[in-house]
Parts: sequence; C-alpha cells; structure tokens
Amino acid sequence: MNDHTGQIFAREHPVVAPGADDLAVRLGDFIVETFLYGETERRPGPDDSLIENDVIDSTGVLELVAYLEAEFGFAVEDEEILPENFDSIAKLQRYIASKTPAPDAMRGM
Amino acid sequence: MCGIVGYIGGDASPEAGAAVLGDMVAAVAHRGPDATGVRAFAGAGLGHARLSIVAIADGAQPMRGPDPTTQISFNGEIFNHVELREELAGMGRRFRTASDTEVILHLYDLMGPDCVVRLNGDFAFALWDGARRRMVLARDRMGVRPLYHARRGGTLWFASEVKALLAVPGIDAELDPLALDQIFTLWAPIAPRTPFKGISELPPAHVMVADADGARVEPYWRMAFPDRNDAPSALPESETAERVAELLADATRIRMRADVPVGSYLSGGLDSSVVSALAAREVGGDLRTFSVAFDSPEHDEREQQAAMARALGSRHAVVECGPGDIARVFPDVVRHAERPVLRTAPAPMHMLAGLVRREGCKVVLTGEGADEVFAGYDIFKEAAVRRFCARRPGSRLRPLLFRRLYHYLPGLQRQNAGSLAAFFGVAADGLDDPLFSHRPRLRGTSGTKLFFSADLRESLAGYDAAEEMAAALPADFPRWHPLHQAQWLEAAHLLPGYILSSQGDRMAMAHGVEGRFPFLDHRLVELAATIPPAMKLKGLTEKHILRRASKGLVPQAILERAKQPFRAPDSVSFAGARAPAYVAELLAPAAVAATGCFNPSAVARLAGKCAAGGASGFRDNAAFVGILSTQLWHAHFAGGAALPVPDRHHTEDRRRLP
Repeated sequence: MNDHTGQIFAREHPVVAPGADDLAVRLGDFIVETFLYGETERRPGPDDSLIENDVIDSTGVLELVAYLEAEFGFAVEDEEILPENFDSIAKLQRYIASKTPAPDAMRGM
Repeated sequence: MCGIVGYIGGDASPEAGAAVLGDMVAAVAHRGPDATGVRAFAGAGLGHARLSIVAIADGAQPMRGPDPTTQISFNGEIFNHVELREELAGMGRRFRTASDTEVILHLYDLMGPDCVVRLNGDFAFALWDGARRRMVLARDRMGVRPLYHARRGGTLWFASEVKALLAVPGIDAELDPLALDQIFTLWAPIAPRTPFKGISELPPAHVMVADADGARVEPYWRMAFPDRNDAPSALPESETAERVAELLADATRIRMRADVPVGSYLSGGLDSSVVSALAAREVGGDLRTFSVAFDSPEHDEREQQAAMARALGSRHAVVECGPGDIARVFPDVVRHAERPVLRTAPAPMHMLAGLVRREGCKVVLTGEGADEVFAGYDIFKEAAVRRFCARRPGSRLRPLLFRRLYHYLPGLQRQNAGSLAAFFGVAADGLDDPLFSHRPRLRGTSGTKLFFSADLRESLAGYDAAEEMAAALPADFPRWHPLHQAQWLEAAHLLPGYILSSQGDRMAMAHGVEGRFPFLDHRLVELAATIPPAMKLKGLTEKHILRRASKGLVPQAILERAKQPFRAPDSVSFAGARAPAYVAELLAPAAVAATGCFNPSAVARLAGKCAAGGASGFRDNAAFVGILSTQLWHAHFAGGAALPVPDRHHTEDRRRLP
C-alpha cells in the first residue's frame, strides 16, 4: 500500500482501531513495503527492534509517523515519538490502541 | 603530475613489451597529456604519461639514474626536492636536470629502497634497478597518488590506474564481491583489495620490491598516536598553535613550488581558506581561486567563498552545479573513480577540476586532510556525545546534543531524547569497542545491503567488512585516546580509500589537474598526532587548535564558522523527467539481474521512489547512488556494453584545452 491509498483510506473510514492481528499484518506490510522494498524474508517479528535492526532510521521514523496519522486519523505529538511507541510492531500496536477508541466503545455509540 | 605504467618478469621481447606499454600509457593519457614515453628492457619495462609542472624542458621520463642501469617512472611531486638537491650536491652529486625526479634517482643510488623516508611529497613511482634486476614500487605516506598491480603468469604489471592494467591482454575486470561488501559497509575497499578481482593496490606508505623470486611489500611509515596514559605534551596551547601555524605555512610554501602557476580551491570553510591565505601571502596576493556553487541552498556556500576571495584579493572563478549536472557527469565520475561510490560528492569535484583546467591552471592547493589531522568531522563529535550520553543512561537532556550536532539534518530536529539515544546506539555500543566511533555509520551504511541479491549474499557467506577492519588495527591502537582511534580510522581508511581517490586524485586527474594538500604534509600529521585531544576537539568545537593557528589569516566570520560537511544532492539529482536515460536503463530489472549484485524488484521499488522525487534518509540515498554506480562500473569495465552516455559537455571541454 502506498501513501496515497493510505490517505484515501483514512479519509473514508471512521477512526477505529482494527483487530489486533489484522493491525499487525497491516503494519508489517507497510514496513516491508516502505523500508524493506518488498524483502519479505527480512519482515520483522512483533517484538523485533526496528531501530537496532536498521529497519528505520531517524527519517524512517517520521515516515512511520506520517503513515499512522494518515492511516488512523490521529495526530502524533512530538513527545510521543519515542522508541517505546515506535520501535517494534507490538509497540506500535499498543500505541495505536492507546490513541484510538476501542471497537467495543464504538459499538455503544 | 602524471601516469605511470610498467611490468617486471615474463619472457616477452622488449618490442612486444613496448607495444603493451604503449596501450597502457594511452589508457592513462588524461593524467599526463603533455608527453609520453615508453622504455622496455629484457624482462622489464616502464611507461609514462607526463603533465609538465617542474623542469618542463628536461624532465622527460622514464628517466635514467646516475647509474645508467636504473630507470624511473615517477608520478607526483617531491616538495622538498630543493633541499634534498642541495644536500646531495654538497656530497658531490651532479645533476643533469632541474627535476625532482632526478633527486629520487640519486637518493636511491645512495640508500636503495629506504630512500622514500627522505621524501616529503605526494608520489607513486616505479624504479627499475637493472643491476639487481628488481623493480621498486613506492607510494606516498597518506595515499595521495595511486598505484595498482596485478600478477598474471610470471609477470607483475603495475599502473597509476586500473584502466591501464585492463589494457594488458589477459587482465579483465571482474567485480570482487568482498570489495563490494566493504564499500557498502565502509564506503571504500580495504587496501590492498580493490573492486577488481585479482588487482591490488599498493597501500599508502608502502614499498614493494619485486624480482625473480617474487615481491616483498613493507610499510616505511605509519600514522601513530601517543599512549593515552602518557603525560600529555607540556607545550601550552599558545605555543602549540604557533608551531602548527609555522609548519602549515612551510607545508604550503613548499607546495607552491612549480614552474606553472599554482591556484587554490575555496570551499567557504576554514581549511581551504587558511591554505589559500597562506598561498596568497607566498605569491604577493596574485592568487587564482576556484569554487563550486550549488543551486540548492542547503549545499551552497557561495557567499562565504566570495567573501574569502575578496579578503584575499584573488582572481576568483566559480562553476555552478545546477540541476542535471551531477547526473550528467556521474558516468565519467565512475569511469575515473574506478569503483562504486555511495555519495555524489565526487561529481562537483569533477566539475571543479574541469573549471580549473578551462581557466588554464594545472595545479591547485586544497584544504583536504584538515578534518582528519585536526579532528574536524562530525563523527568525532558524535562519538564524544555518545560517550557523554552513555555515562548517564536514560538522560532526557544529553541526547538533545545530537540535534545541535546535526543542525543541518531536518529529520533529527523533531526527535526527542529517547529516539535520539536509540538512533545513535547510545546503549547498544560497547565503550571499549575499537570501532565505537564509527558504529552508527557502519550500521547505517550496512542497511544498504538490504538490496544485495541472494547470489551475492551467498558468495559473501556471512563475511563482515567491519570485522576485517577491526581485526587489522595497529597493535597499540587500544592504548590511544578514543578521539585518536577515531581519527586513525578516518585517516588510514576513508582518506585514501574514498576522499583522496574518489573525490581527490581521480577527479582532478580526469582533467589533468594536480591537487596538493598542505594539511597532509607528514611533518604536520606527526605534530598533530602529539597534540592533546582536548586541543583538537574542545567541547564541541572542532579543529580548535587550527582555528587558533589561523587567527589573523582568515576573516573572523570564517574562523568562527562551524564545519559544513561537503555534501551534494544525492538521489534527487537523478529524479524527474530530465534524468538522463542511462539511469532508468541501468536500473531496469533485466539490467540489474544481468550484473547479479542486487535484487531487481527491490531496486525497481527504490528507483521508483527516487524517480518520483528522490529518496529521503541516508540509507536509501546511499543505496541508490551505490547501486547506480555499481551498475555504471559494470557497464564501463566488466560488461563490455556500450557506455551509458557519452559525456558530451565534458568531451568538448577537453577539446578546447590548449
């Protein structure tokens, strides 16, 4: 998926956290496509450090920020750009969950 | 300056040998467009392409020694030839010519191969000692002038550039995968390895003696630093600065020795400014200066260049590096550099040398070497900040220094302390790792290997270029101060392997221009090594002692300016509709598959991203430039394919030369 379709997706869909497995796959796909140029055998596991494994550098993390903002419709604050939030797929999942309403909450609205 | 070629061994007749030498000399004719000479003997031969700078009338080569069985083919300059000549004349030696070449012949006659220790200069030479039937090859201490060799059968062939060796029947170009791994890790191959399988370079500061029994290669000098536990030099800072100023002035003065005018590069920074100021003093203000200006403001320093030229009263000329220029000259850059490169910075240096030649000048001084010798590079500060951060892990303030350090990298300004600490590996790298200073760069550069093909990875079989570098450090390296360790890594590896070759000698020589480097005078290198680290890198002020030594020579504004890294636009230079056709052709999946080094589909995605406006980030830019230059390397040297684009502009420039 490229940035362009990501933006359209974000605009046409409600702000909602997808299921955890689905989210991990989407994040993994984005990372493989954007930072690993389709090299699927280097696809990181859920807890692999993206920084220590040279998957993202200081510019890459900003690409990740832009992707999250476009894809999930929330704003990333500068002080949230931390390894604790961005350094692995699992950390990204937790961070996204903390920034978006849970599906259960949506159901009650 | 010149190109040298030759051989020893084998049973070719002198006639057959001379014919091959003629082809070899023709391949390096750009290095010496003024005259050529070839001489073959029984079992050995020498050739020479000459750029006349000293003793224009009587310096023809190969040149015979006082013992007529010795002959030399010499590239470069011996800057202390005047003093050596006086000394030798005092011993009753008689000279036939005014050339520095003849000085080497007399010294050899007295001292044999050890004569190199008396030479202060930038040189590569081959000396045929007919009486002992041996060939002596030597190269200057810092690696300014190149010298390559290859053994085929019973013959050792050698030349200033690999392209001359490729003119020898039976020597073909094949990419050495280990060299490619080294370039995609360290930016340069580890000498004596070259990108050409079976072709080696003579490392800087080494002498090779080759005869019927084989060849011995030995170092005659090395860059070394004091033990960090030794008492530091008792010399106060003021006197240290005075000694630096005196020696730099003398190093510049003897580099003005030439029978043609000597010009000077002006980058806008401290190093070339102080060299130009010293040079202007030597010639009473009548100096010619040369600069490259960029259309992109983040790379451009034309204001500072012009200010310095005004201060010097020099006759100043500027070449504009604009849209399309880097992509236009890049194929010629790779042809001359003879190796893949990860940065485009050699391209503007190529254009600058072209300007010098068009302006009728053939010798230029440069400020190159100051950053290695006096600790100017950001990587030295970065290592100091990383150590500072590691002393207080988790500090939310210390890592913010990285932002200040890399104020020119917008991507870093949005990162907070935690991210910065992670990106610079504050917790990851061992403080006692000998490569500590370079680990972030090595990691960042190695990321480019993502694009290596499965075949290439298999042939590398887990090889690690950084490990090879770490395994071959000098025995006393662990006892040096961390700044000195980092300086050594830069000066012993990157300086000869990339800066002096890909950005220096080869780009200047592409236009028959000789660069001279006062900061690389070995007397200055030796003095600087003894200066306490805190006088070189004072807090986060780089080259502190050099700034002090330069007071009064350059305007205060330039004295106080922070180091600007010499960079050029990378992948964006090859983006957009105006990109030359060779870019898409060489990066097409079929072309990438044909050379076999990279994964075609990954390269196609990277190329697509770059074509759409340039990649962002260090890794993607380095990968793009590295892959494109590797493809160009194959096209020029190993593929036998038609050259991507004739560099028409450049060819016309050459034709206009007198």
